[in-house]
Amino acid sequence: MGIEEFPSEKFIPVGISKDGTYGKISEKGRGYFRDAMLRFRKNRSSVAAAYIILFLVLFALFSPIISPYGINDKDTVYTGFPPYLEKASWLPLGLFDGGTVRTGQSEAQLAALRAIGEETGMDPVIKIKDREETVTKFRGEERRTVTYALRVNKYYEVGIMFRVMSPEEFLRIQEYQNKTGLQIIYPYTDRAIIGAAAASPNVWYRVSDTKGTPLLDSDGELIPAYSTDKSTEGAPYNSIRIEGDDGELIYSRQKSGAVECRVCYYNYYIFQNGHPPTFPLGTNSLGQDLFSAIGIGARFSLLFALIVSALNLIIGTVYGAVQGYYGGTVDLVLDRAADILSGMPFIVVATLFQLHLASRVGTVGSFLFAFVLTGWIGMAALTRKQFYRFKGREFVLAARTLGASDRRLMVRHIFPNAIGTLITSCALIIPGVISSETTFSYLGIINLSEFAGTSLGTLMSQGQTSMTTSPHAMLFPALYFSLLLISFNLFGNGLRDAFDPRVRGAEDL
Amino acid sequence: MVKYIMSRVLLMLLTLFIITGMCFILVRMLPPAELPPGDIHTQVIEARREAQGYNKPYLVQFGIFLKNVFTRWDWGVSDKLYVGQEVAGIFADKLPATMIVNFYSIIVSIPIGILLGVIAASYKNTYIDHLLSTATMVCISVPSFVYAFIIQYFLSYRLGWLPFLVKSGTDYFSFDMFISMLPVILSLSLGVIASFTRTTRAELCEVLTSDYMLLARTKGLTKAQATVRHGLKNCMVVVLPSIFGNFIGIMSGSFIIEKIFAVPGVGSLYINSINARDYPMFIMLTVFYTAIGLAASIVVDISYGFVDPRIRIGSKK
Repeated sequence: MGIEEFPSEKFIPVGISKDGTYGKISEKGRGYFRDAMLRFRKNRSSVAAAYIILFLVLFALFSPIISPYGINDKDTVYTGFPPYLEKASWLPLGLFDGGTVRTGQSEAQLAALRAIGEETGMDPVIKIKDREETVTKFRGEERRTVTYALRVNKYYEVGIMFRVMSPEEFLRIQEYQNKTGLQIIYPYTDRAIIGAAAASPNVWYRVSDTKGTPLLDSDGELIPAYSTDKSTEGAPYNSIRIEGDDGELIYSRQKSGAVECRVCYYNYYIFQNGHPPTFPLGTNSLGQDLFSAIGIGARFSLLFALIVSALNLIIGTVYGAVQGYYGGTVDLVLDRAADILSGMPFIVVATLFQLHLASRVGTVGSFLFAFVLTGWIGMAALTRKQFYRFKGREFVLAARTLGASDRRLMVRHIFPNAIGTLITSCALIIPGVISSETTFSYLGIINLSEFAGTSLGTLMSQGQTSMTTSPHAMLFPALYFSLLLISFNLFGNGLRDAFDPRVRGAEDL
Repeated sequence: MVKYIMSRVLLMLLTLFIITGMCFILVRMLPPAELPPGDIHTQVIEARREAQGYNKPYLVQFGIFLKNVFTRWDWGVSDKLYVGQEVAGIFADKLPATMIVNFYSIIVSIPIGILLGVIAASYKNTYIDHLLSTATMVCISVPSFVYAFIIQYFLSYRLGWLPFLVKSGTDYFSFDMFISMLPVILSLSLGVIASFTRTTRAELCEVLTSDYMLLARTKGLTKAQATVRHGLKNCMVVVLPSIFGNFIGIMSGSFIIEKIFAVPGVGSLYINSINARDYPMFIMLTVFYTAIGLAASIVVDISYGFVDPRIRIGSKK
């Protein structure tokens, strides 16, 4: 069968589409940046780092908004307290239960903690982790002492506090109690019965000694020692009463014109703030909420690093471009100047700027100057190298032959070749800036607290002073800071590999 | 080579001179520290200030300063921190502690770092390499004071193995002192170890693929022999200079560590002098740290030439 017997419409011409034109290449051409993005995405650790950075940035942006506390809210009681969230405290993780481990607690101490729980309904003892019995010989007699290792909710452990307040506030608390049914004020104790141990507001039972060892009745229950002496009552009380009270107990005491009463601090806190203590990352030694403080400190660090990085990019590029493009004497002179600046240790520059300029442009301004003064040198050196590499190339020569001016050559023909390297070094400058900024605020050379509220360095140095009692105050800022630096470095390395696949693996940039 | 070294050193001295001059004048432009009236030292310090020309033009002051330094090694008198004492004397007291701590940590870091680097390079692209590379990355990114916290919390507080702070006293070579310096050494070393590991790995990876390594294997050397005798030797060209660089890098970067562990060293002295605005002390330490930084870059450059004859020959061109 000859070819002419096939109907022509059965043929689909190759290379020509139905409308008679030649087919288009369906894939778009890949540009330099698209190419780099593709390579970057293949680098799993860098992509992960990018997501971590995103998370940390979002944290910095939103944590101060989410948190009910500002940087100036400094709680006087909850200082250096572990992470606590009322809604998540039941989780078996032990993360947000406000718990801290207390070892070597005696039988009496455990009983006192239990007593707090019995009175307020909030048992501070989360778990008895360990029980240890030791037998010691004391004057020929064998004595058994039991010590416990307890996990204690620090927020509940505060229990009852003495508060002296005006009769008006006393009344307001009563109204609040009536409205919400939350018991804030607890009956006043009888000092005559309790004796010296009554100095501690949490002792509401009969005791057998001045240390507050509870006296138990025949059922093994605590015997309440509330006061019924109406003559000492500070102000009338007409609100909810504790169980078993038929109006006999008094809830306050006169104290030089004001009213002294026993308040359950946890509930009193709710009365004052409208919400229970919400410290997802705990508080530091100043009583600041770490969750928002870290966010506030990090916001400043990130913004500052971005500004420094952008300024360095601009100055360094211009300087390096001039050096690299003109070369010769210009290069030599500019290089000497850069040498002198780079020879100064950064700490000196920062300090001198601080001493001279801080009064005129503020701490942050002078710090910014210090960073910019020396920071661009690395960027300039990079640009210079790239310009040296490309300025002799044929395409530059061609453009020059066509009459392109120096500026046009530099900006349109040579500079685009250096962009990848420069973006990479920008990304690698950021962790450096954050690191030194933190170091300086840690050392106290720079005090950013007035301007930014706080900073990661300040938080860490505060955390370090209370390291033994509240390690979390150190841990969380340090963790955030380390994660930030690690992921920025990984991200930067990934960018470098993506923009310049030839240097992959050589990590000495 | 000699000519090259000479020109580098001269250039460095010139840079140092200019930086010193700038810092000196900037510091003298600030009002000098106020002295407590009626103190015995006040009169002495005031007399010294008069002799140093505090009321003369800045350049004259700088001239007097240089003359005092060169002829009598007189760097002035501390007027805030150690009122009335010679700055140079205090500096000399504080220097040994810093030097010893840095020396120990570099001694610890070199073998560990190089060993890890060799391991990472010889198991390139296996999980060992990935593990080491990740650890290296983390250790380099995180500043040393974060390790200091970790070490202080776990080793000193929770486990109680090491003391919190460096022992006071000047018996720098006693065993107790060494033990009390261990936390400092550890926190300083981690970053340095990581940087040695990274340099060694990067360099060795390149060397291992070169032709002479193949030749070495072909002539019957085992992999270990070839790596150590031929590979490692060649990668030392880069690693050795980085040892100098690192040593001086630690010197100038251990401010925080010295402060955290209360090392009676130059770093904490510097921080204290800044925070207390003790200008004479500040100037001397600034010159010291600047000189160290400049010397580092020269030493690195020159040591390249000493270690690698190829570079030395190149410099004669």
